[in-house]
Amino acid sequence: MSPTWQRAIVVGASSGIGEAIARRLAALGTRVALVARREAELSRVAGEIAKAGGKAEVFVHDVADFDATSALFDRIVATLGGLDLLVYAAGVMPAVEESEWAFTKDRQMIEVNLLGAMAWCNPAGARFEAARGGTIVGISSIAGERGRRGAPAYGASKAGLTSYLESLRNRLGRYGVSVTTVKPGFVDTAMTKGKPGLFWLVSPDRVAARALGWAGRGCTGGFVPARWGLVAFILKLIPSFVFRRLNF
Amino acid sequence: MSGLPSSLANAPLRVVDGFGMAVRAACRCLAPRDAGELAELLARATREGMSVAFRGSGRSYGDPAINASGLVIDTTGMNRILSWDPTTGVVDVEPGVTIEGLWRRTLPDGFWPAVVPGTMAPTLAGCAAMNVHGKNNFKVGPTGDHVLEFDLAAPDGRTYTCSRDQNEDVFHAAIGGFGALGAFTRLRLRLKHVESGLLEVEAIRNRTLEEAFDIFEQRLPAADYLVGWIDGTASGRSLGRGVIHQANYLTADRDPEGPAKTLRIARQDLPSTILGFPRSLVWHFMAPFMTAPGLWWLNTAKYFASYLSRPGRKYLQSHAAFAFLLDYVPNWRLAYGRAGFIQYQPFVPHGAARRVFREILERCRARGTPPYLVVLKRHRPDPFLLTHGLDGWSLAMDFPARQREQLWALCHELTEIVVAAGGKFYFAKDAVLRPTDVERAFGRDRLDRFFAVKRRLDPQGLIRSDLMRRVLPA
Repeated sequence: MSPTWQRAIVVGASSGIGEAIARRLAALGTRVALVARREAELSRVAGEIAKAGGKAEVFVHDVADFDATSALFDRIVATLGGLDLLVYAAGVMPAVEESEWAFTKDRQMIEVNLLGAMAWCNPAGARFEAARGGTIVGISSIAGERGRRGAPAYGASKAGLTSYLESLRNRLGRYGVSVTTVKPGFVDTAMTKGKPGLFWLVSPDRVAARALGWAGRGCTGGFVPARWGLVAFILKLIPSFVFRRLNF
Repeated sequence: MSGLPSSLANAPLRVVDGFGMAVRAACRCLAPRDAGELAELLARATREGMSVAFRGSGRSYGDPAINASGLVIDTTGMNRILSWDPTTGVVDVEPGVTIEGLWRRTLPDGFWPAVVPGTMAPTLAGCAAMNVHGKNNFKVGPTGDHVLEFDLAAPDGRTYTCSRDQNEDVFHAAIGGFGALGAFTRLRLRLKHVESGLLEVEAIRNRTLEEAFDIFEQRLPAADYLVGWIDGTASGRSLGRGVIHQANYLTADRDPEGPAKTLRIARQDLPSTILGFPRSLVWHFMAPFMTAPGLWWLNTAKYFASYLSRPGRKYLQSHAAFAFLLDYVPNWRLAYGRAGFIQYQPFVPHGAARRVFREILERCRARGTPPYLVVLKRHRPDPFLLTHGLDGWSLAMDFPARQREQLWALCHELTEIVVAAGGKFYFAKDAVLRPTDVERAFGRDRLDRFFAVKRRLDPQGLIRSDLMRRVLPA
């Protein structure tokens, strides 16, 4: 069976959800470009994909190095011989104490979680618009649904990403391009390891399966697990003056 | 252009299309404000090894102003008229000056561009690069015949001043060279002196294709402009029926309003409404007719409407109203829908044109792909290297690009007929030719001479539009 996507870029493919998506794509027969900062991790993923019979290329890149994105995108597209799918799964969530006001961490989250997505989606969006087809998948988060006291910058970066992806969907939909926004809750990855108060924990592979399933059907996306959708619905109904008194 | 990006790879991306919307690509776009900035961009592109194409108003129907993944240099910001001599009709312009910008400046002094296409939107650099022709090509030749001199910024870092006496090989290669040699940074043109702002126009109905040719032949000696609209949906004995329009300049003594009034800009403005509707909305009403039955109805109605006017009746029309039919309905191309359209315009030598055009129209019908708009024109040869000009005729045909593979296959069939008859093509309109078509149509010798100039001016092959990649990959 031929894969839904012949050629894909997965940004943030060295671990977590990005790695799981890359593995699933490769298993489907998609030729995958693995993009991330950590070369050793990327090589490990690429090696394991190759061992399983898949095709993956490694491209070391820091998503916050915006000046390098466009040229790298062109290089990858030339290497793959085109592009059908872009997955932006890069994300960071450094620990931020409630008493901490660390702009460096805030900037890192905005750069990696949001601006990096824009830097990659711009050339992909332009290419897909011109080609009248293509798929973009962005990994956002339940954290972007309301402004929680514990993670102002992380929540803002994911809220921004959700809104940005919705705009892309509205902009590109008329050209046959689908944009899927995946909003997981707590995922069992290195990013959440050791964090207190986690529940409804899901594996990266489960998120990857849902993400590719939605994207393959051209769906707008959703929450993983689905029950977070109900939580988000309720959270959004809570008036701000009440929400601020809750311990979120 | 306010400051260059750190790397040209980071220049803003735009999805750039041909006027027909059937071809497009994501390109990096920058718009220099003057020749200095343009030269700096070329130098940067050379250093970074990024391919370059030039773009004016984007009125070429296909891909000469598109450069997938490369840099598109938009010259529309370089739009100053550098000098204008109303005694000689000689003007020096920057590349981004449009035909509209030019005639609005010169008509009050009694000068009109010697050559204009069906729209006033193209830039003069675009007109020179594509060697654009008008409805008077049989009489005055293409744009290039009225260019006296130009400056061309080339990727080798030099600016070449070219005329018929200086760098004449570059002069004859760059005009009609679809921007493959460099960017025009200054053009000097001679305009046509006109005594009135009006033309005397006559519509002549032709019942068959043969009759269209006969009327053209009969009218050519006395006509200043001659253009034939053909009903592309007619067949059988009516094949090639249509309406020919002849226009002639008016002398001052025959101008009923007087030149002082008719040469004013306001007298040239196109109507703001069509059948009572604002012009800008009319394309919405056209869209439902952009189907084979709809176009049959429109073409038939247009042809039979010609019976309402008395044969031999002449009427007066402003230069703009006669010349710029494509500007009556803004955004008319959108009526074709997202798939867009292409224009296929073969040029065929005089002796073969009647047979070839009949065969082409019949072939279109046989394939179930009638052209939506067909225009017949007479042409003459010119001295430019890759010119489409010849002693012959052209038949411009608009086709919706909805069934792309079928349409491209039809065009390749038609190309075989045209090339076998010694015909040529017009790069401003083309979207379908293949390298072998171009080699057979223009000849290896001409292409070799063109590439000899290109290798000298652009040794790294920096300038590569999508048109070049498609038809001249060498």
